[in-house]
Amino acid sequence: MKKLKINKNLKDNLITYGIIIIAYVIMQIMIKTGHVSSLMQGLLVPLCVYIILAVSLNLTVGILGELSLGHAGFMCVGAFTGAFFSKCMQDIITIDILRFVIAILIGAISAGIIGLLIGMPVLRLKGDYLAIVTLAFGEIIKNIINVLYIGKDSRGLHFSMKDSLSLGLDAEGTVIINGAQGITGTPKNSTFTIGVILIIITLFIVLNLIHSRDGRAIMSIRDNLIAAESIGINITKYKLMAFSISASLAGIAGVLYSHNLSSLMATPKNFGYNMSIMILVFVVLGGIGNIRGSIISAVILTLLPEVLRGLSNYRMLIYSIVLIVMMLFNWSPKLINLREKYSLKRLFKKPKEVQ
Amino acid sequence: MAALLEVKNLGISFGGLRAVDDFQVSINKGQLYGLIGPNGAGKTTVFNLLTGVYKPSEGVITLDSHNITGLKTVEINKAGIARTFQNIRLFKELSVIDNVKAGLHNHFKYSTLEGILRMPSYFKTEKAMNERAMELLKVFELDMEADYLAANLPYGKQRKLEIARALATEPKLLLLDEPAAGMNPNETKELMDTIRFVRDNFDMTILLIEHDMKLVSGICEELTVLNFGRILAQGPTGKVLNDPQVITAYLGE
Repeated sequence: MKKLKINKNLKDNLITYGIIIIAYVIMQIMIKTGHVSSLMQGLLVPLCVYIILAVSLNLTVGILGELSLGHAGFMCVGAFTGAFFSKCMQDIITIDILRFVIAILIGAISAGIIGLLIGMPVLRLKGDYLAIVTLAFGEIIKNIINVLYIGKDSRGLHFSMKDSLSLGLDAEGTVIINGAQGITGTPKNSTFTIGVILIIITLFIVLNLIHSRDGRAIMSIRDNLIAAESIGINITKYKLMAFSISASLAGIAGVLYSHNLSSLMATPKNFGYNMSIMILVFVVLGGIGNIRGSIISAVILTLLPEVLRGLSNYRMLIYSIVLIVMMLFNWSPKLINLREKYSLKRLFKKPKEVQ
Repeated sequence: MAALLEVKNLGISFGGLRAVDDFQVSINKGQLYGLIGPNGAGKTTVFNLLTGVYKPSEGVITLDSHNITGLKTVEINKAGIARTFQNIRLFKELSVIDNVKAGLHNHFKYSTLEGILRMPSYFKTEKAMNERAMELLKVFELDMEADYLAANLPYGKQRKLEIARALATEPKLLLLDEPAAGMNPNETKELMDTIRFVRDNFDMTILLIEHDMKLVSGICEELTVLNFGRILAQGPTGKVLNDPQVITAYLGE
């Protein structure tokens, strides 16, 4: 019986990895045979970014049970630190993949540290209050980056919060982060393959964390804080752990995102409130706490607007109808019953087992 | 021999309300001790003071000759007090066995990294945890439901699971807050046997709050009666239950 349970988790996880790998292989074959439009190919890396974001936010929302609306802010930290590193090191580390891996690590670590620093005061709050404060911090990160100027010359790095002139660079110095204009000329290292590898790493971290001692502690805090305290679980430590791991995974997504663009700017569209809400929509529609669901809903909701592009004006109408249908499909009690009645599992089972 | 739990002059006020005043008790190792009294007498407040949910305004709590007054809940649990709750507080979305494994948290350790990277210590420790958790579940006849969600257990079993989870933290003193609430006479009788079994087999000291007089008179060796936050009577069960003051205040003529 005990063995059975571990195997069940393992089987569940393997199915999730399997879906990703099969989807990747199918996609690669379709690209090779020329069945994928260039528009669609351009969407593949953002798709990976969104999946990583959805999975990582599910760690905060679904597993820790705290509503965070600042996820795009952590992504922003990862994107800019990663891109900054790559830009600085472009001439020093010439092996693309090595530089990119280091950039990912730097992005993850810096987003994790910011997550930890923000988490310390913020995680004392609960529910709506936490959501509002994380929302504010997300915006603060974006706005700080918008006024940040960093330049490099022979004397080293220069920082300013005013404008690029006040950096006082040498004649041959270059401005790396140029305030609202962001970073331009980041090496385009992100590929679909790297994106998928990062998805699998993210899944590996999140799924293994959930099914470990720490994951149990995190989920026990979600289910009943007072009881968790009474059995000696350190609330602050595990809340911070979940929050900062979630932030650093968002940082990874940010690095992947920034290395897919030639010019990276912190606009409300990519790192603002809308982005955070969109990630939350992926998580909620896929099922809170359901990692595989997050992946599926991220894929559907990212591809849908593009697939429907031909319908021009009706595009957003259909998008919203799909949102509502998915919501009903996942949460309405009637439909849940119906789903169980006609589920594939049941159809494939032998009649004897059904009864 | 010094008592396992020694409480002196314990008190707390909420604003102008004196919830508990001058509470003292001394419980020896292996004792089954009852705390009774009318609703609102401050019984659960005493539990919350003992487990660090509230900080006492005054008084000293000593457990096994360590002063634990004013420590945090987590530290008090580590010092050796575990409890159950009046309104059941299980981890509802976790399986039954995971509830107990959460209780084992501080006794079976591996680092986060070992857990994520699935190092050998992860498998070894998880296996030991599973074994220990199943042992505990067997005691409470919950082993068949190990993979159920805790929320799906029937009420009586949820109460038992809470006790199992508390025992998993390997406490010296177990606090049970109305363990028989909502149980029928048969279940209560079964619970009495379980409580005795826990005391004898786990070498446990138990302090319980209860309204069910059959259970209290059946298993408690000593009692403290609280009324309006003050001690009304204290001593061996038989003597306390026949105290005329207790009869007027709580039991009824």
